[in-house]
Amino acid sequence: MKTVKSPFHFKGGVHPDYNKELARDKAIEKLPLPAELVVSMSQHLGAPAKCLVKPGDFVKRGQVIGEKNGFISVCVRAPADGKVKAVEKRLGPAGGKADAVVLDTTATPEPAPDANSPTPPPTNSPTPILPPLDWKTATREELLKRVEEAGICGMGGAGFPTSVKLNPPPGKRCEYLVLNGAECEPYLTADFRVMLERADRIRLGVEIMRKILGGPAVRIAIEANKPEAIAAMEKAFADIDGNVEIVVLPVLYPQGSEKHQIYATVGRVVPEPPALPIDVGCVVENVGTVAAIADAVEKGEPLLERVTTVSGDAVVEPKNILAPSGTKYADLVAFCGGEKEPPAKVISGGTMMGFAVSTLEIGTTKTTSGLLLLSKKKVFQYASGACINCGRCLRACPMNLNPALISKAVDANDIKAAEDASVMDCIECGACSFGCPAYRTITQSCRRAKNSIRARIAAEKAKAQAAKNS
Amino acid sequence: MKPKDTAEHYILSSSPHAHANASVSRIMLDVIIALLPTTAMGIYFFGMPAVWTIAVCVSTCIVTEALCRMAMKRESTIGDLSAVLTGLLLALNLPAGIPLWMAAVGSVFAIAIAKQVFGGLGMNPFNPALAARAFMLISFTGPMTTWLKPFWWKTPEAATTATPLAVMKTWFVAEATASASPHGLCNAACKGVPSLCDMLVGNMPGCIGEVSAAALAIGAVYLLWRKVITWHIPVAFIATVFVYSLIAGGAPAMMQVLTGGVMIGACFMATDYVTSPITAKGKLIFGFGCGLLCMLIRQFGSYPEGCSFAILIMNALCPLVNRWTQPKPFGAK
Repeated sequence: MKTVKSPFHFKGGVHPDYNKELARDKAIEKLPLPAELVVSMSQHLGAPAKCLVKPGDFVKRGQVIGEKNGFISVCVRAPADGKVKAVEKRLGPAGGKADAVVLDTTATPEPAPDANSPTPPPTNSPTPILPPLDWKTATREELLKRVEEAGICGMGGAGFPTSVKLNPPPGKRCEYLVLNGAECEPYLTADFRVMLERADRIRLGVEIMRKILGGPAVRIAIEANKPEAIAAMEKAFADIDGNVEIVVLPVLYPQGSEKHQIYATVGRVVPEPPALPIDVGCVVENVGTVAAIADAVEKGEPLLERVTTVSGDAVVEPKNILAPSGTKYADLVAFCGGEKEPPAKVISGGTMMGFAVSTLEIGTTKTTSGLLLLSKKKVFQYASGACINCGRCLRACPMNLNPALISKAVDANDIKAAEDASVMDCIECGACSFGCPAYRTITQSCRRAKNSIRARIAAEKAKAQAAKNS
Repeated sequence: MKPKDTAEHYILSSSPHAHANASVSRIMLDVIIALLPTTAMGIYFFGMPAVWTIAVCVSTCIVTEALCRMAMKRESTIGDLSAVLTGLLLALNLPAGIPLWMAAVGSVFAIAIAKQVFGGLGMNPFNPALAARAFMLISFTGPMTTWLKPFWWKTPEAATTATPLAVMKTWFVAEATASASPHGLCNAACKGVPSLCDMLVGNMPGCIGEVSAAALAIGAVYLLWRKVITWHIPVAFIATVFVYSLIAGGAPAMMQVLTGGVMIGACFMATDYVTSPITAKGKLIFGFGCGLLCMLIRQFGSYPEGCSFAILIMNALCPLVNRWTQPKPFGAK
């Protein structure tokens, strides 16, 4: 095991104000179980889970309440004992509505109304939800199945089903397992705290993943502004055998982007979509996900809770909170002492890629890495002007696109021109809009173009399918 | 969209929610700051006529911008300082002794015809100040090529003179007929041109803002430091002029660089965002084209100076250069 400096530097990137000092020294605190949880069936990338419960049902902590519904999907388990109050469409952080199970965790179980309801009375018993596995003796398939049934998806933000990532298609081999500990989003310190406080879990998770993936080399990527995390990882991995390196990355946004992290750590370039990291022999996992895998295997504990950073200048005491999925934002804020002043903007995630939300009644998901309450001072108000062709967006773009061209094309409603300018390669990191002196909403234009193109492709596919069927 | 004070009405917008706080007006202000040294040198050498020319150009540009926006029923854009900058750049590209009404007409042309009819800042295909200069050179050829001597008030018997460029132009001809090279500043043919030192400081006839190479270089360094411009266009432009004159002969290469509009053109006119390519490779091509055309006009054209025309021609080619040099996405084959 050794620590090296990242030898590869990608083009572009920006330096936003990190504001990490607000929460970086706050040890992870466990949230007392909230009275109500809003558990979304769509906490991951891909098809939403199929809801298995109905209002009135009592559920036990760890019980599967949403069934994996397709290849790219994961199951959802009840984060706590409770009674299903409602199953309804609820607002998610990204603005869309998805099926959610509203759980009343205070309800006392009634005796089973009839013999057909086998639901046992809930007890917060310490018995493991899944049988613990010894990773050394368990087979690869058993471990993979465990990751799947534990409902684990990427906790860095995108929420890609982890069992799919850990099971490369035939003919593709994972040569490098990259641990993403960059946490380049401003304000967020959840991954940082996990690296400090759960280093042993990360180590165990890496060993399990190595076994599943057939012994790839391991690269642990951490930005240089987290020396404590680097030290914690060095300590935890000191006596590990095999090819393991801690790669210290320069502080640069978006260092945590999968493609850029792969380049920064192993110098490989992932081709354009639909290519995936595995096409260049890499699997990238967020450090939190790796710790979750360790818990799922060793303790039989599915992914029911995660660490979320609650920060921003409008919250009384910023904290890193271990909370069950489905915790309402309002409960997180209350645990931090409430609002210091009325926030002008509430962001689910970080300031560069997070979603501005309209209410605190939204439940957290497996991917909620942060919740930011920003006062008026921290929220910039803009009137977009004409592009002056200054090229800042072009120099900032880590994907080496021409964002100015794309945004002008979208302004002119010329989606074809945006597509020709490779807008589908855009990772929506926000570096272009961040530096634009004309305050143009370039990232938003890219999203608009991408959505139009996706809709067009879907329509073409449907049409082709219909033609085939007739 | 104003933030509301009630807790349940948060501002909704697409990410990112952070901004670098750059602004168009700050960029324009930086360019104006970068032009202050050469403006000061121009006033030092050419006196009150320079002051009046600058004042008339800047104020006419602001007023024209305001009137145009009113006529077009659009919001005022005076605050972005681009009109101030255009006025200053135009003044710095005029001879100090120009009749003030001509300077005013040129300023109206720069803002109304070269900029606002295309839709304002960001839409103009040609550099407004240079378009106006070209217009004035054609409309008012005499006054536009009458140059005050530096400190002309001390030599009242002949206040005006030819620029060094006019003298240097003859050297290309001399080169073609005689085998003796006029390289070297002590050569007999050098009579009528200032010393290298004078050229650096700006003690020579010329436009108000183009004479002092040293002051222009200070401004350019400031712009590079502030990351307002990149090195590509100035370096490509100046290097091309330098290498061309080494190969083509005529006046010494350093003189070609330090006289006329090369310095102000390469650092301040060709680097205009709106009318220059956006990619680094495009900027190199653009700078090279400017330098080459500038020297071709100096050697073969009927004007002694070709810098403005060179940049204007390259402005026209800018969209094409952009098209040639589209960046390749990270990961693309």
